[in-house]
Amino acid sequence: MGEDTLYQKTFTITGSDFDKAGEVSTQIKAILKAAGLDSTVIRRVASASFEAEMNVVIHADRGKIDFELTPTAIVLTIDDEGPGIEDLELAMKEGYSTASDDMREMGFGAGMGLPNIKKSSDDFHLESEVGKGTTLRITIKHDEQ
Amino acid sequence: MKLTDVQKHLNAKYLCLDGSDPEISCCMAADMMSDVLAYAEAGALLITGLISSQSVRTADVSDAAAVIYIRGKRPDEKTIKLAEDLNLPLLTTDECMFDACGVLYKAGLKGVC
Ligand SMILES: Nc1ncnc2c1ncn2[C@@H]1O[C@H](COP(=O)(O)OP(=O)(O)O)[C@@H](O)[C@H]1O
Ligand SMILES: [Mg+2]
Repeated sequence: MGEDTLYQKTFTITGSDFDKAGEVSTQIKAILKAAGLDSTVIRRVASASFEAEMNVVIHADRGKIDFELTPTAIVLTIDDEGPGIEDLELAMKEGYSTASDDMREMGFGAGMGLPNIKKSSDDFHLESEVGKGTTLRITIKHDEQ
Repeated sequence: MKLTDVQKHLNAKYLCLDGSDPEISCCMAADMMSDVLAYAEAGALLITGLISSQSVRTADVSDAAAVIYIRGKRPDEKTIKLAEDLNLPLLTTDECMFDACGVLYKAGLKGVC
């Protein structure tokens, strides 16, 4: 927890648990509302968080979302254990997806998750080790509106 | 337009009815939730054929006013319960996607783009 952290909370995510998928992002949205942030910022954070949460549910075994609120930004660190991503550049391409047809039937697997997260973030950092897992760290500023 | 007007235009049934009758500012028709998450505006009506719980989660996260399912589709009870918990009205219409959008467009609603 950093010097200027106003609030920090860690949530766990279970891979392939489609009943609970999205719960963490609903909770994060509630926290941001309680913190009185601008609704546009809240929507950006909640959407990015939801895409990242779904990526763990769909593509990984288990993971954590670390939420941090500072006076100027929201920092989300999504850390998972799973297959990892072999080619980060390819994964960032719009439309690239390895999701199965089952996932597509649930409305995911358009290959737009990571590109959309990047678009809505002020800072985006993706790191992965094949066979181990993936870490995504995004920052969304909230003091400029 | 109010949600009750949408209900009348599409001869829709309520699956989850919240206390309020929200103003519908615009529409978003999609089966891919990433599209909704990327482009949705607050107060939008989500028109979709996707009945998984993710349709409700996506609508909530993107501040949609309500969700209407096409072709008489209905999500399962668990998903309806989730919408109740999130105070998100759900409707279902027998119209297909194209006709549902056409009717609402003619009635004055515009898409999010
Ligand atoms: N946490 C993750 N673990 C393993 N692979 C991932 C993860 N997140 C994304 N990927 C890979 O990157 C691809 C693109 O991700 P994304 O843009 O979110 O699209 P989608 O999830 O719709 O496939 C995925 O199909 C998958 O191959
Ligand atoms: Mg994804």
